[in-house]
Amino acid sequence: MSSGSGTIVRGGRVIDETGTRRADVAIGDDGQIVAVGPDLDGTGATTLDASGCVVTPGFVDLHTHLREPGREEAETVESGSRAAALGGYAAVVAMPNTEPPIDCAAVVRQVLDAGAAAGLCDVRSSGAVTAGRKGEALAPYGEMAALGVRIFTDDGNGVQDEGLMRRAMEYGRTMNAVMAQHCEIDSLASGGHMNEGAWSSKLGIPGIPAEAEELMVARDIALAKLTGATVHLQHLSTAGSVDLVRTAKAAGVRCTAEATTHHFTLTDECCASYSPLFKVNPPLRIDSDVAAIKAGLADGTIDAIATDHAPHTQEVKELPFDEAPPGMLGLETALALALTELGDLSLEQIVGLLTWRPAAIAGLSDMHGGPVAEGRAANLCVFDPETAWTVDPARSASRSRNNPYAGRKLKGKVRHTILFGTPTVIDGEAQR
Amino acid sequence: MKHLLSIADLDADDLHELHRLTDSFVEVGQRPIPKVPTLRGRTVVSLFYEDSTRTRLSFETAAKRMSADTMTFSVSTSSVKKGESVRDTVETIEAMGIHAIVVRHSSAGVPWQVAQWTSASVINGGDGWHEHPTQALLDSYTIRQRLGSLVGRHIAIVGDIKHSRVARSDVLAFTKLGAEVTLVAPPTLLPPNLDGWPVNVSHDLDAVLPKVDVCYLLRMQRERMTEALVPSLREYTALYGLTRRRASLLSTDALIMHPGPMNRGVEIAGEVAEWPNAVMVDQVRNGVAVRMAVLFLLLASEGPVGE
Repeated sequence: MSSGSGTIVRGGRVIDETGTRRADVAIGDDGQIVAVGPDLDGTGATTLDASGCVVTPGFVDLHTHLREPGREEAETVESGSRAAALGGYAAVVAMPNTEPPIDCAAVVRQVLDAGAAAGLCDVRSSGAVTAGRKGEALAPYGEMAALGVRIFTDDGNGVQDEGLMRRAMEYGRTMNAVMAQHCEIDSLASGGHMNEGAWSSKLGIPGIPAEAEELMVARDIALAKLTGATVHLQHLSTAGSVDLVRTAKAAGVRCTAEATTHHFTLTDECCASYSPLFKVNPPLRIDSDVAAIKAGLADGTIDAIATDHAPHTQEVKELPFDEAPPGMLGLETALALALTELGDLSLEQIVGLLTWRPAAIAGLSDMHGGPVAEGRAANLCVFDPETAWTVDPARSASRSRNNPYAGRKLKGKVRHTILFGTPTVIDGEAQR
Repeated sequence: MKHLLSIADLDADDLHELHRLTDSFVEVGQRPIPKVPTLRGRTVVSLFYEDSTRTRLSFETAAKRMSADTMTFSVSTSSVKKGESVRDTVETIEAMGIHAIVVRHSSAGVPWQVAQWTSASVINGGDGWHEHPTQALLDSYTIRQRLGSLVGRHIAIVGDIKHSRVARSDVLAFTKLGAEVTLVAPPTLLPPNLDGWPVNVSHDLDAVLPKVDVCYLLRMQRERMTEALVPSLREYTALYGLTRRRASLLSTDALIMHPGPMNRGVEIAGEVAEWPNAVMVDQVRNGVAVRMAVLFLLLASEGPVGE
């Protein structure tokens, strides 16, 4: 970038929570937006062309597995940050199921430092609910909250013990914590590797019933009511879960929910190939669940689109289906999947699900997701909603290739991503 | 046909063709020297990740009777114990120059993965709970041999359907060949969702037995007790075992079948297993001929090699 003259994003249509308008966005060298309006004078500024594009706040992912520390062969904070930037993300919340798990200040700091060093995305860390993610004792929320941790989750597992979960919600309230839950009752789910239903019965693969998720969704809604805590329900996958959250919100319970891109685009029929690329947890469900997730995204029951970006090496994704680990990539396809598959939603709704609504849940609204306006941090995404492209896993910035969408034709492509005023992606190319 | 992975891939004509081929190999088995040169120069590998004496021996006997060379890859004494992946093992075997791999694995779907990694023909020798296609071929062949045809015949499959690859393949083969199938089991031993299965379901074996032409019993595994699927073997036998009293409910010419190995006194009374219409020995004998037919169909089409 040329110094001393800023950047101007020219010719786009700005969409944020205040509405839609045609406007240029001028960014100062301090990384803040200095002007938003039509036909701004960009003399001396570096121009990023946004013609035909939508300019939005940079996306916020509530659910990213960056695998560092411990599984750097699958992903690092840097490689995951690059994939995030290419997907239009300015901020991601790293999940705690690393090795060692993110359950204390030292590991939080390691992740945050690696994110800052990579400089491609504002990497935030979640913290484990329980020490070692073992579901036995509370993790030290205070020292993690002091480093900015807001979302606490044992993601990868649900906290099984109701009494412990109650205490976690009560104790975390003083730190403004959001208790996020991977909803899955182990005794119903254990031994299962895909959705329990007609396909699992036919394929001879042990199944995970929808009720394994729904019972914990119901339980945590009850506990949120009991404790007054805010609970965030992660990766909803079933129609029953969506109904439970809808009812809870109508009753005033403080709960939010996310859905992943794969849960509104794929079903358990994909597992008929026996390819572990389609093994994910919670598992891919059936058509009526996909429809319910879409309806939940459309009517606001579900607050955010999350990726559950879960890199795994080729070796482990070539194991037999029941031995392979669950998870699939998501950061670089999320926008296009939403634009391609959520035809009932307006562009404004989709942008909200990717930006200001997850930012509010993660407590990042001061820097992310907010209005594209003078004085705000210049975290922006510029995307062309109409560009058609074909998914090629080999082109991913992730270290892993476990992309279930190979060969799928999608529309909508990120053109530029800007992080605190610095372009991390220009014309679809990562800048570092 | 390149591979034999699933009965689902076959139609009735394919099954009839395999039965007709099996007829000719049954004849070969009755010769003084039961061996033909058909597969000379071909190599058949048994890749068994799960213990199985009868299926492995049956395939190897079939291959040898057709003059194929056989190799056994035994997991317990191999590089797999040292952590080698299925893919690496398959690619290693492939490099030795082989024509067919018989795969048995405790995980459903492994034969499909193997088929992606080799140019050899892959035969599913049993994958997890999913399928055991050659068992279904020998079972349907045995019924046809005894009863003439499966069309309109009523077959009860009794026991642990949920965990049974034999049941999944048999249901497909029997119904494709025109039989009516009734599954008899407690709900805990049935697949959780039977949408699309062309079967009846009953929990009352006494009511079913008088109506069937074949009573097919499945092995009841002891570990099902620890999973709380049935209270005890004793209760299982009381409700679903083919006891002497229950066997007397069968019509006189109804067949009693079992894929083996049998738990005498659990799913079948010891003396019932000795009844003349209990055809377990026929099943085993026909198994060799059926597997010769499968090897013939997959490997002989390219003409003789090594001339």
